[in-house]
Amino acid sequence: MEVTKSIFFQTYNLNVADLENYLGEALARGGDYADLYFEYRINHSIVLEEQIIKSATKSVSLGVGVRVISGEKTGYAYSDDLNRENVMKAARTAAFIASASSQGGKIQIPTPLGQEKNLYPINVFPTELEISQKIALLQDADRAARGFDSRIKQVQASYVDETKHVLIVTSEGNAAWDRQPLVRMNVMCIAEEGGRLQSGYHGGGGRRGLDIFAGDLDPKAIARESARQAILQLGAVDAPAGPTEVVLGPGWPGILLHEAIGHGLEADFNRKKTSAFAGLVGQKVASELCTVVDDGTIPFRRGSLNMDDEGNPTHQTVLIEKGILRGYLQDRLSSRLMKLPLTGNGRRQSYDHIPIPRMTNTFMMAGDSAPEDIIKSVKKGLYAVQFGGGQVDITSGKFVFSASEAYLIDDGHITAPVKGATLIGDGPTVLRQVTAVGSDLKLDHGIGICGKDGQTIPVGVGLPTIKIREITVGGTEK
Amino acid sequence: MSDLQSTAGAVIERAKKDGATAADVMIREDDSFSVTVRMGEIETLKQAISRSLMLRVFIGKRTALSHTSDLTPSVVQGLVDETVEMARLTSEDDSAGLPEHAVYRNGFPELQLIDPSWEEVTPAERIDFAMRTEAAALSTDKAITNSEGASFDYARSQVTLANTLGFNGTYQGSSAGLYCVPIAQSSVGMQRDHWMSAARHRKQMELPEDIGRKAAQRALRRLGARKIPTAEGPIVFDPLTARSLLGHLFEAVSGSSIYRRSSFLIDQIGQRVAAENITVVDDALIPAGLGSSPFDDEGVPTRVTPIIENGVLRNYLHTAYTARKLASQPTGNGSRTASGAVTIGPTNFYLKPGKYTPEEIIRSIKRGLYVVELIGFGVNTVTGDYSRGAVGIWVENGEFVHPVQEVTIAGNLRDMLNNIEMVGNDVTFLGSIAAPTLKIGNMVISGE
Repeated sequence: MEVTKSIFFQTYNLNVADLENYLGEALARGGDYADLYFEYRINHSIVLEEQIIKSATKSVSLGVGVRVISGEKTGYAYSDDLNRENVMKAARTAAFIASASSQGGKIQIPTPLGQEKNLYPINVFPTELEISQKIALLQDADRAARGFDSRIKQVQASYVDETKHVLIVTSEGNAAWDRQPLVRMNVMCIAEEGGRLQSGYHGGGGRRGLDIFAGDLDPKAIARESARQAILQLGAVDAPAGPTEVVLGPGWPGILLHEAIGHGLEADFNRKKTSAFAGLVGQKVASELCTVVDDGTIPFRRGSLNMDDEGNPTHQTVLIEKGILRGYLQDRLSSRLMKLPLTGNGRRQSYDHIPIPRMTNTFMMAGDSAPEDIIKSVKKGLYAVQFGGGQVDITSGKFVFSASEAYLIDDGHITAPVKGATLIGDGPTVLRQVTAVGSDLKLDHGIGICGKDGQTIPVGVGLPTIKIREITVGGTEK
Repeated sequence: MSDLQSTAGAVIERAKKDGATAADVMIREDDSFSVTVRMGEIETLKQAISRSLMLRVFIGKRTALSHTSDLTPSVVQGLVDETVEMARLTSEDDSAGLPEHAVYRNGFPELQLIDPSWEEVTPAERIDFAMRTEAAALSTDKAITNSEGASFDYARSQVTLANTLGFNGTYQGSSAGLYCVPIAQSSVGMQRDHWMSAARHRKQMELPEDIGRKAAQRALRRLGARKIPTAEGPIVFDPLTARSLLGHLFEAVSGSSIYRRSSFLIDQIGQRVAAENITVVDDALIPAGLGSSPFDDEGVPTRVTPIIENGVLRNYLHTAYTARKLASQPTGNGSRTASGAVTIGPTNFYLKPGKYTPEEIIRSIKRGLYVVELIGFGVNTVTGDYSRGAVGIWVENGEFVHPVQEVTIAGNLRDMLNNIEMVGNDVTFLGSIAAPTLKIGNMVISGE
């Protein structure tokens, strides 16, 4: 798409001469490279609670970030508006990183990058729609959750949408822009019985119009799933403590991959040799049953993007191929310093943040075992199907993720639901313990949020049913 | 009156003209600087002035909110008009509205939130703080072979708040942080840890050399960490990990969790909820405290609120909204999120120091775990169920034996609070929430 068609040219009177001036100022002290990241973002959020629409929020954010790279050093500054003086001042501030003595990069006239794909071909962006349509979704969810069971005492349903316009211009002469939709709905239920309380949580979304809320993501289906989890937990028993054979259900349990290996393969940690995976490319880190990819090119997914936040096209990157570690997730800086190809994983939260290597949609390819057979093959273990958050220590490689819906497996049969428990393991070795991979690959419902260096971004995960020979489960039942 | 105060005043007038029956607006301006150095070189340098405006309007009992980073008058005016329109579409909520007029008062305490001497520190000196910190870490021991870097952050902020009840106040604050993450390496692998100092005033900061050395020692003592067999035993939380327990307690006593019945501490005011040696307060009036402020984000004067006194639950924390829902009074804990929503935030929420030194607490352990880091989100404040990944040091007969990793500790927050057997004298403030070293009688440690 022509950059001059972007909102920044159309509404904010930006012109090509401005871009050259800003980049010129950014490189005035001799930086090697500079880029400009223009962002205009609109968000809406609506909250339903106690059966009423408690509030509606609109948020508008506009700004431009200026980055200057000199060797391994990055200078960064931003302006909260597109006022020419303020952007020039930001460019001057960012330029200070470079020493005046160095050679300095050249500025080329920006030419638009060819737009090869549009992963979110939609006619009407959710942010453009009347608020009444969005309120109706929440009301549907509320009724469905309350109707599910009389023990559901509280329902909190929220709706969030976003449209983000991004224009990226680099001193190497590349220019690209994108308009990125994002929508999400969540339902939280509290069940109460005999003085005992339990909560359930479910949601869904993606980069699509409101028609995404159908089928599995129908507000009523989301609400019933949330209510079902809260009711189920009322009867949960204590989780086991200690090493346990675990079967992970398909979809969202893919958070295992995100924590156990995804972060450890982000290039910045490997370039700095602070990751437990540093130097392991080409080595066996998983069972031959495991092939893991990061794929930012799946249409309508929450973790997908036409281009990353440095203007480079997203890719499907193979991280692990039949057990062998293949590669890293790159941003521009690490790719250049490591002399490895770009993968389109340079992402940032917004214009006030520096881009760093991040995941998009991370999942394991399907295997050939039938999911039922996998469960049947376990004598005594845990079947975990829903998870809360996870976290990893990149350097030691130890990671956790917390099950919010799990069951005991006894002699091949799924039995009692257990209380939430954290699972802990070692990233570079956990996938060696994978003894079966199901044929039922599923991607998650589109609610993932990932945090790194104080920046949060939307991501996706996916997994077929898998069996792990042994992982430590942090329950209380010894 | 400052420029921001007149902008705030104009927004309020516009909202009234549009038909709002009440409104409040908050404007934040941050002038921030941050530098990260790694292996003796500058890695990133970032500097900016950022602003954001958060508006809340009421039409009778209906509420709408908005937020913008663009303070161009025409943009702000358009957003005010849209927000008032949006308020017509939300539901009537009996508890909605500004705080009652009666809670406001004239004059605010002087809390020493700003240290003007920071402005005399040049960018070169700021970079040097980070350089000295990392250099100290790297020279502590040969086993410190790498680093995720050291960073120095500084920000000067101004908060301005106005509402249709005539309130129009502003205050400024400064804050700085110095942070270091060294990596230790041996034949059995790598370990990282960190140390930091954060304060409003220069003289409250630890020396860069001390921060670097402490960070290095924390990473070094983790080398060779291993799993241990699944066991039950006493757990000692260091002040950093104890602070996370206070964070869970804060969530459980927030008025919003209480009216939603999503807390394990509902309906328990006046009851014993923790061991007798436990006293927790939310104190917004600590001079130069990181969480101190003269008024909250709704303009309510701040104060000292006892939360737990000698084990007995005394108060929940409230905004104007949650106070009305629960027939209570706002406690000055109104806090606006980045998108403008008014939620409950801690001021200086901390557990009062006890009489034991951390060494005395460790010496009291026959067989147990001293925890130095917790990871993951396995805490359910609705039920109190607790299960998190832990890194620590195994203690036998009062002595450190070896570092431990890849284990979880599990229990229930209700039991954990009641089983705090010893409280340290070493409360460490690194933010709004703080705690001393704590010993909990018994938890399940899950490992091999």
